[in-house]
Amino acid sequence: MTPQRAGADADPARGRALLELAGVTKRFGDLVANDDVSLSVGAGEVVAMLGENGAGKSTLMKIAYGLVRPDAGELRVDGRPVQLGSPRDAMRAGIGMVTQEFSLVETMTVSENVALSAVGLGRVDAAANRRRVMAAMERLGVQIEPERLVATLSIGERQRVEIVKALFHDCRVLILDEPTAVLTPQDVRSLFETIARLRTDGLGVLFVSHKLREVAEISDRVVVLRRGRMVGDRPTASVDEAELAALMMGGAASAAAAPAGPSQSRAGAVADPVGGAVGLGVETRPTAGPAEARPEPVLRLTDLGVSTGRRALLSGISLTVGAGEIVGIAGISGNGQTELVDVLAGVRPASSGTVHVAGRDLTRADVATRLAAGLGRLTEDRRGSLVPQMSVEHNLVLEDLPRFTSRGLLDRGAVRRHAEQLIERFDIRARPGDPVATLSGGNMQKVLLARSLVREPRVLVVAQPTRGLDVGSYAYVHEQLAALRDRGAGVLVVSEDLDELRGLCDRVAVLFRGRIVGELPIAEASSERLGLMMTGVEVAT
Amino acid sequence: MKFVLRGREPRWVAPTAVLVAVAVTVALTALPIRLAGANPVAAFERYLLTPLSSVNGLHEVLLTATPLMFTGIAVAIAFRAGYWNIGAEGQFLLGAVGTTWVGTTWADLPAPVALPLGFVAGAVGGAVWALAPAWLKRRAGIDEVVTTLLLNPVALLVVQGLLNGPWRNSATGFTDSDRLGSGFDLPPLIPDSRVHWGFAVALAVILVAGVVLTRTATGVRVRAAGQAPQAAAFSGIDVDRVQFRAALVSGGVAGLGGASTVMGVQHQLTSGISNSYGYTGVIVATLGGLGAIGVLLVSLLLGDISVGAQNVSLVLQVPTQLGAIFSALLMLAVLSAMSWRRYRVQWRRPRPATTPEPAQETG
Amino acid sequence: MSLNLLALLGAMLTIATPLIWAGVGELVVERTGVLNLGIEGTMYLGAFVGFLVALRTGSPWLGLLAAVASGVVAGVLMGLFAVTLGLNQHVSGLGLTLLLIAVCEFTFRMLYAGERPTLDTKFDVLLPGVEVLDQHWLTYVAFLVLAPGSWWVLRSTGAGYRLRAVGESFEAADVAGISVSGVRYAALMVGGAFMAVGGAFLTLSVLGSFTLDIINGRGWVCIALVIFARWRVWPAVCGALIFAGTDALQLQLAITPAFGDVPRELMLALPYLAVIVALAVWGRSVRYPGSYLKAHRRA
Repeated sequence: MTPQRAGADADPARGRALLELAGVTKRFGDLVANDDVSLSVGAGEVVAMLGENGAGKSTLMKIAYGLVRPDAGELRVDGRPVQLGSPRDAMRAGIGMVTQEFSLVETMTVSENVALSAVGLGRVDAAANRRRVMAAMERLGVQIEPERLVATLSIGERQRVEIVKALFHDCRVLILDEPTAVLTPQDVRSLFETIARLRTDGLGVLFVSHKLREVAEISDRVVVLRRGRMVGDRPTASVDEAELAALMMGGAASAAAAPAGPSQSRAGAVADPVGGAVGLGVETRPTAGPAEARPEPVLRLTDLGVSTGRRALLSGISLTVGAGEIVGIAGISGNGQTELVDVLAGVRPASSGTVHVAGRDLTRADVATRLAAGLGRLTEDRRGSLVPQMSVEHNLVLEDLPRFTSRGLLDRGAVRRHAEQLIERFDIRARPGDPVATLSGGNMQKVLLARSLVREPRVLVVAQPTRGLDVGSYAYVHEQLAALRDRGAGVLVVSEDLDELRGLCDRVAVLFRGRIVGELPIAEASSERLGLMMTGVEVAT
Repeated sequence: MKFVLRGREPRWVAPTAVLVAVAVTVALTALPIRLAGANPVAAFERYLLTPLSSVNGLHEVLLTATPLMFTGIAVAIAFRAGYWNIGAEGQFLLGAVGTTWVGTTWADLPAPVALPLGFVAGAVGGAVWALAPAWLKRRAGIDEVVTTLLLNPVALLVVQGLLNGPWRNSATGFTDSDRLGSGFDLPPLIPDSRVHWGFAVALAVILVAGVVLTRTATGVRVRAAGQAPQAAAFSGIDVDRVQFRAALVSGGVAGLGGASTVMGVQHQLTSGISNSYGYTGVIVATLGGLGAIGVLLVSLLLGDISVGAQNVSLVLQVPTQLGAIFSALLMLAVLSAMSWRRYRVQWRRPRPATTPEPAQETG
Repeated sequence: MSLNLLALLGAMLTIATPLIWAGVGELVVERTGVLNLGIEGTMYLGAFVGFLVALRTGSPWLGLLAAVASGVVAGVLMGLFAVTLGLNQHVSGLGLTLLLIAVCEFTFRMLYAGERPTLDTKFDVLLPGVEVLDQHWLTYVAFLVLAPGSWWVLRSTGAGYRLRAVGESFEAADVAGISVSGVRYAALMVGGAFMAVGGAFLTLSVLGSFTLDIINGRGWVCIALVIFARWRVWPAVCGALIFAGTDALQLQLAITPAFGDVPRELMLALPYLAVIVALAVWGRSVRYPGSYLKAHRRA
């Protein structure tokens, strides 16, 4: 079937469909992840798949790669139906995939990883293997020493190894699942160059993303998935971002945002997650001007540092958060955000500097002392802060057990009433006795939010508060944070989503390589400027 | 036909799974019974029903269940906290050693002092044997599975060493210890039966453990530490400390089992005093779902089968090990059946299979 | 007092042999992320089945073959629990051990109640009369074939790549088109065979008879050795030699008059304690394989 490849070279845009999905449906228990989805990718074509978190993109990709079996529907390669029982079948059919969490074995070398799917059971000719890996890298313009352990590679390098791996078994359709989520702008640039190269070679590329701007730049065609259904399929040239945003959110966005407070703008909620400049916080921010005297800091970090062995993960962090203020921490993932949040949460010790909450030194305090001093935490790892098999009501009192104990026994009535109150107040869709594991991501986040807010913290440390949430929960979380600020608490928000920070914060500080490289009042924090600071190009003072 | 994840589990599923597992276990154990030349139906009647059909048999069941109640709840406490204590066997033996030591050293003590002292000594013995693995786990992160397992044969050697050496019976010269002072004899709980007060103590321990695990802040902490250590640590629970304490309590409770067996049944230390009670404790705890009531019921069931196995071995010449085969099989079958609970069967013909096109060689 | 060093060395090699067979078996299994606590029972099964078949047929070779087959079956059973059903590996492995031991004891009692049968022909030592080198062929195979062979297979064959990939990250292995279950089953079967050979060595080569405490925790020792060795073959062999050396030493000391007063049981406990000490010294904060104890599930 090589003639078709030749045709594709002649006119890539009109290449025949290499990969088609027809009427694919997948259910997980009661949840419908994909509902009758059809999609095709042609030779020499870059198709972008857009959709919010939870829209069903990842499931669809896994179906296309044989990792998940569809309940109904058909997959076709070169027009012939195929059954993909495993990734091996997918590879044989010419499909390659770079998954969201990279699937490399960290304790093996680059060339071992690349060869993994291609070697037999017997002896591996290491030298020949190395030559083949080098050749594949050359084809992509990648330069990585094949004998390096994957554990020593940067995120961008790992992704390149993944692509080399996919091409190593002659794939003709490459699926990239959210490839830019973890990359620096420079790495994104080089990824796009690679994609362009692949397109010229006649490969079909399916590029999954929820970032509109990237999609506009790289794709020939764009398809939009919402709540498991395909809601749009357009040539990229013929649509603008607003139309795509509307497709992604649909009418559901404003409806879902309805439970949020009265002061909030629905237009803002719709535009916010897709990159609109208007954020929710704008409406709820107090009218107090910058001229007013700086409020007393409720959180003060002085020269804070964290290091493992000789490596400094955080150093010289000095920052204050005032009462009635939301301060954001921007930065590309892996620049010290996790460490900063862990130190504040009390699950990792600081190696230098101090942490003060409302004037009290908490640098070496344990979690209970921190909570008692009025420090609240809401971290990005929801599963790491909740006990999944335990009930909602017990999770809600996990940090307050002594308060619910009388004469040595848990006061079950009080625990139940507490849970019922919070479920009502925070609109958690669950019963007190349900195991947390059965809740959706948004409801888990509400449980955590309820647990930290019910203590009325003086300062709340928040990391990626809306990652993976649907639009309704997104708006709700922002509204609650703004309300907390309006009640006079300080909030520190760590996020990789610039639009979220710009919509929510009064000030934004930028972390780069474990240091704060600058701090801007929100009015001066344009995406461009923050972007430059996040990559260490500009250092503001 | 294929298996699909369930959305929500209907009520009938779990009991059905257990019934299926029991049926499978019975079917599988019928084979060795046949091989031993006995009629499986008659044998099962003797395993399960005969012990329950007479007052004497019932007493024997309670007696046999007693050590399993101790080791079962001991293992359950540790497992709940996420500490894999597989050393209840050794801890049981060291409990017996502790009790024998006080019982032979201060043989003249009157019962009101002697009995509490005997139990305390047993608990201390068990906890001491649990200490090294727990400490190594907490201080150096060394896997407790291996260390607790390795200490089991060592504990048996300790017992044998004592019985061959300093504790050799001074009257008979046999490798059994001297008899404990009469103050250390646990009185019968039920008149004219061998059921002793150790059974009541075991019930009390299970009751307390059940209340602590389900109704107190400590129980919530223990479960949180066991199920999601990271989340527990995030909420300010010192997981290492919770596990360390659970390990010691677990060892202590297993040691109480040793004390109860020495003071209630043997009245002296023998090298065969633990009839694999510690290992069977893992089965009891697992089958009992790591809960107090479950542990109690499973102990009684295995006690029943164990008494039945003695009977069958005498009457039908089927070796007693069939009881052990039955309990191990039952645990594996129940666990297996429960793992299928999450799935339901969907009766539908799959689409006609088509083979994927072989990949093209060149591009 | 003088120790016979050559005799000590010879005894050490013999004692280390079953530990190397079973230890390498456990290592292969654990490299795929499965902890097989069935090892103690599998060794027991191998020892018993090997003995039984050799006794009935008069051929230790047939006994060994049967032991290998029984080990494969034990591996498949563990696979059923830990891989197919995804049960808790601690509990199902221990359950398997208890089951296998009970089945063997049951059968032994049923067939030979009160007797103590011995084999007419067991494996002979090679090079009889040559000190240190007068070992059984299974010992030679363990040191000269099994250990270097498994090291080489793990390091530089496709099978080894697959094993390591599954053990480190089964998501990665899955995406690379490797059947996680297939690799785990294969490892359990091969590992089970090795464990069974380790057990059979005791009945077919060393003792020529079967006793109910024949394995006596050697399987647990192997689990410790694998962790101590951080899942590498040569350190595991070294660990086996440490245990065996301690054991050989205590055997010698037991017949040395100067140590006549030391209780024999203390001596017998020494090797176990040595392994725990070795773990405490070298087993701190080891890095476990990435998919250790995890069950693999795909929708």
